[in-house]
Amino acid sequence: MSEVKFSKEHEWIKLEGDTATIGITKHAAEMLGDIVFVELPENGSTVEINGNAGVVESTKAASDIYSPISGQIIECNQSIVDDPSKINSDPENQAWFFKLKIKDRSEINSLMNKEDYDKFAKENNN
Amino acid sequence: MEIQKTALYEYHKSLGAKFVPFAGYHMPAQYTSGIIEEHKLTRTKAGLFDVSHMGQLFIEDHPDLIIELEKIIPIDLKNIKLNQSKYSFLTNENGGIYDDLIVTKIEEGFIIILNAACKENDYKIIKDALGSKFKLSLNKDLSLIALQGPKAAEILEHLIKGVSSLKFMNGNNFFYNENKIYITRSGYTGEDGFEISLSNKIVEPLAKILVSNGAQPIGLGARDTLRLEAGLCLYGHDINETTTPIEANLKWAISKRRIEEGGFLGYNKIKANINGELSRLRVGIKPLGKIIAREGTKIFSQDENEIGSITSGTFGPSINGSIAMGYLKYNFTKPGTKIFLEVRGKKYEASVTKLPFYKKNYVR
Repeated sequence: MSEVKFSKEHEWIKLEGDTATIGITKHAAEMLGDIVFVELPENGSTVEINGNAGVVESTKAASDIYSPISGQIIECNQSIVDDPSKINSDPENQAWFFKLKIKDRSEINSLMNKEDYDKFAKENNN
Repeated sequence: MEIQKTALYEYHKSLGAKFVPFAGYHMPAQYTSGIIEEHKLTRTKAGLFDVSHMGQLFIEDHPDLIIELEKIIPIDLKNIKLNQSKYSFLTNENGGIYDDLIVTKIEEGFIIILNAACKENDYKIIKDALGSKFKLSLNKDLSLIALQGPKAAEILEHLIKGVSSLKFMNGNNFFYNENKIYITRSGYTGEDGFEISLSNKIVEPLAKILVSNGAQPIGLGARDTLRLEAGLCLYGHDINETTTPIEANLKWAISKRRIEEGGFLGYNKIKANINGELSRLRVGIKPLGKIIAREGTKIFSQDENEIGSITSGTFGPSINGSIAMGYLKYNFTKPGTKIFLEVRGKKYEASVTKLPFYKKNYVR
């Protein structure tokens, strides 16, 4: 069984055992506009909770990507690097960013469920 | 100061525009289809731009006007033809650029189109330079819209007979529903097109009919990617008070007679630049990969010396790749020169390239 959580930085996190798949939400993709460049963390590197884990750029500006939980990167999605427009067309599915091995499962507790996130996104239109 | 709205604000809103504050105005950054789609529609069909935030300065004719105006604008106004437009700039005493602009000779005098962020300051500069005997006004009752793209002529001709016979950088008076309007064949996208100056009262009906006849509303986001692909400068970024027209690679915009005779602000510096005292030059820059180099990105030579910086950089939808412009030390400005761009602490290879990135389709 997988479980999906959301962060205040507009990332989604799909949890399966001790692995998490992370991407940005549809709301975030819409706010960013057409995405034309992605930089992902290196395979094997470690990321901290709310730490920098890549960059997305639209035609207008660059935005940092933060990891919603700590862990070690085990896989990156090269297909979004090759074709960043996938992030706009399918942000919460095909266009995942990276997978990591979860370091501390308790960090998940501070994340939101879908209902809370949708409310949050609606209220914080940014 | 309160942020201003153009006469088309409500119309933009009804079309789902995302607004950004720009030069004191609420301007549409993009509409619902997004910047890339808007950009491509301008290149393949026709885009409609609201550029009413730009200044429309009218200077009434006077026997001494050309002599005085030539002291601050380095073009040949003695030989400008009626209804002809010319790209130029207001220069300062050091040869820098206060603003870039378009001058059009009309029957009653001159119309000068100014950048929104500069227009109030330009007005003061021009008024002070000309002195009190000339009548000039920064028009607040007029809107300015641009229709750009390969279908622009067809769409506009359908509504306003005769516009398609205008040549590039020429204008004339036309009538729209019995209202006199002024149209020039010009724009800032690298496409054929028109700029239409008309009363705030009739701009919305005309914009609506242009859109219903196939023009796509385009925001400032795509305007920026279009002009950058076309190699055109954005004031405050690619040119400013510290860059001379020669450094900015805009020598073509200074009339030959003026280069020889001088008699305008900053001439000594500009002449020295032309005679070879040129330390830097604006060039096109093409990153090798997908990396986007934004304004301020430092540029290095192969032997790791800092040799310049980026002034504009984005993704070019019609090029389908990263593009940029910037200033480089003169020795490094030959097309094909290998350079390195420092983005987020890492260096990425790029090369100096000829402008424009995207070839123009102007009707001469």
